[in-house]
Amino acid sequence: MRFLSHKFLEQNAVLLLIMILVTVSIGGIVEIVPLFTIETTIERVQGVRPYSPLELAGRDVYVREGCYLCHSQQIRPFRDEVERYGHYSLAAESMYDHPFQWGSERTGPDLARIGGKYSNDWHVAHLANPRDVVPESVMPPYAFLAERPLDLDRLADHLRTNRIVGVPYIDEMIANAKADAVAQADPAADTAALLKRYPGAATGGFGGDPSRITERDALIAYLQMLGTLVKFRDVSPDALRQ
Amino acid sequence: MTASSLSSERYNEDIVRAFVIASVFWGLAAFAVGVFIAFQLGFPALNLGLEWTTFGRLRPLHTSAAIFAFGGNALLGTSFHVVQRTCRTPLFGGRAAAWFVFWGFQLFIVMAALGYLEGVTKSREYAEPEWFNDLWLTLIWVMYLAIFLGTILKRQEPHIYVANWFYLSFIITIAVLHVVNNLTIPVSVFGSKSYSVFSGVQDALIQWWYGHNAVGFFLTAGFLGIMYYFIPKQADRPIYSYRLSVVHFWSLIFLYIWAGPHHLHYTALPDWAQTLGMVFSVMLWMPSWGGMINGLMTLSGAWYKLRTDPGLRFSVTAVAFYGMSTFEGPMMSIKSVNGLSHYTNWTIGHVHSGALGWVAFIVFGALYYLVPVLWKRQRLYSPRLAAYHYWIATLGIVLYIVSMWVAGIMQGLMWRAYDEMGFLQYSFAEVVVRMHPFYLMRALGGVLFLLGALIMAYNFWRTARGELRHEAEPVSRAAVTSPAE
Repeated sequence: MRFLSHKFLEQNAVLLLIMILVTVSIGGIVEIVPLFTIETTIERVQGVRPYSPLELAGRDVYVREGCYLCHSQQIRPFRDEVERYGHYSLAAESMYDHPFQWGSERTGPDLARIGGKYSNDWHVAHLANPRDVVPESVMPPYAFLAERPLDLDRLADHLRTNRIVGVPYIDEMIANAKADAVAQADPAADTAALLKRYPGAATGGFGGDPSRITERDALIAYLQMLGTLVKFRDVSPDALRQ
Repeated sequence: MTASSLSSERYNEDIVRAFVIASVFWGLAAFAVGVFIAFQLGFPALNLGLEWTTFGRLRPLHTSAAIFAFGGNALLGTSFHVVQRTCRTPLFGGRAAAWFVFWGFQLFIVMAALGYLEGVTKSREYAEPEWFNDLWLTLIWVMYLAIFLGTILKRQEPHIYVANWFYLSFIITIAVLHVVNNLTIPVSVFGSKSYSVFSGVQDALIQWWYGHNAVGFFLTAGFLGIMYYFIPKQADRPIYSYRLSVVHFWSLIFLYIWAGPHHLHYTALPDWAQTLGMVFSVMLWMPSWGGMINGLMTLSGAWYKLRTDPGLRFSVTAVAFYGMSTFEGPMMSIKSVNGLSHYTNWTIGHVHSGALGWVAFIVFGALYYLVPVLWKRQRLYSPRLAAYHYWIATLGIVLYIVSMWVAGIMQGLMWRAYDEMGFLQYSFAEVVVRMHPFYLMRALGGVLFLLGALIMAYNFWRTARGELRHEAEPVSRAAVTSPAE
């Protein structure tokens, strides 16, 4: 009977510690483990691919600058959100996102499907000073991104690290990381090989000087592909079932 | 309760004093940065056109400073104080181990803060520091657990006091959350950048399993430890109900861990997980109020002390805010309410009713009690200044949460409003404009809160120097209404 009394726990620190550990583990295990084992957690849709090296570099800028603190990337299945932003977000669309950038706050609008909605020139002007194109905006200016050259030589390392955590980058992609980034940022480049590796990537440059690729080019490349990979015209409702 | 078989010289009080100073210092820094970024949302020119001073870089500085630097130092300091006193034994591991934890923790804070300004972040909310700093914190945390548990193991009391259960659950659970949520692969051992081993929907749930339980175990269980020691001390009354503390402890720690998915309602997280998160969040209301009742009822027969003890006033108001936040939280976790509140300033208001009303006030209450005890002073330099602090800070909180309630609900309603033609009535930018007055009102609330904390720091400074401000004793009701002898 002694063991059934709470007084026993209160007198055995190690037992108390173990009981706490057991108690707090249950909920997490029940909720998290099935997300890795239930196959329908991620919808079976076509078109989602790993980020191109330039897009990935842009995403790293997005993460570094804390864009997620004011912009969500997760459209909820509500009439107003679907009309304002586009089709509600799928789990499949962020399956290569390490880490996810769904966000928790909309001080600014959702960006899950911002890709292709504005021109490169608009993004260039907006990042330099948001109030030049949106007078009501409270967003900080990011003019400095145009001054910071992108470290092209490290791109392959970033792809390689993403492969370690599960993104299906193949050797060919890693070997061509720098060349693909240069090709994507240059309007005059031959992009056939790039588009074969990364179907649907936006090409033709991002408003910058192709001889000097900057973090701004990378960020705009990322923004211009957000939410554009899945072609919802071709998706059957059945494929969206989780 | 005040009797102690050990003279206080045997306890390691230097370390507690150091943590108290660090907590006040970082608290002022956290509140100041918070005020600054609040004004940035009102006046974007305050981003100053520099990369280091954008809202995106400063916001993690504010949240980490508030949670880990201010709250963390308060938790480490009070836990070392409480565990020594309630176990009647000095800290396990001696002075060196305790000082290693202190300076190691400050180094973690400084590295994280400088990193944020440079853009070194994992972008996981409330777990932004990068991999190398996470590893460093893991080492500090293991040392902390060893000291805390070691002290309990060599205690001179048969029972482990309830405050220590809460501290222990906070230390262990934070360790588990920290390790799992921060699993990343660095790009290079010489660089700061790393990539999470999880992706997309799984990453989202793991992050919010962490994020919500940073609230549950760092900002709740740890501070309930403070409540369970300092309120009985200040009120000079035993805990209201031992049985309630047992029931609410186990149910709180069991239920809290399930609540993470309510941060991901209507997202691509599967519905079953959302529903589970919602149901457990609503259930969580009960153990939370169990704690509130236990804290408030401890004052039975001692309510008159609120008149004369400004520290106790902070502690009791903290518990009231705790009750309010832990009602609001379950309500906001109901999917249909969350559909309106999520992504809006309502969430910011909710967080701050907990962070300012509960966390900061329970810390202020504990510090007003601790500073005279630790510096061996008869009383505070000025109880009247503490009373000013109380009213200024309370007014600040009210301005903050009311402005964010109005702003948040307005935002949510405007986003979903349709005109008579069936079109969305407002563009996003039109809603941004309407936030302006509420952003300013919120910033004013923050200014008041910061002002109150500055008054507190000044009061502590004079107290530590051994000065007493001549003030008439507040007249107690008992003296007025009781017949003279």
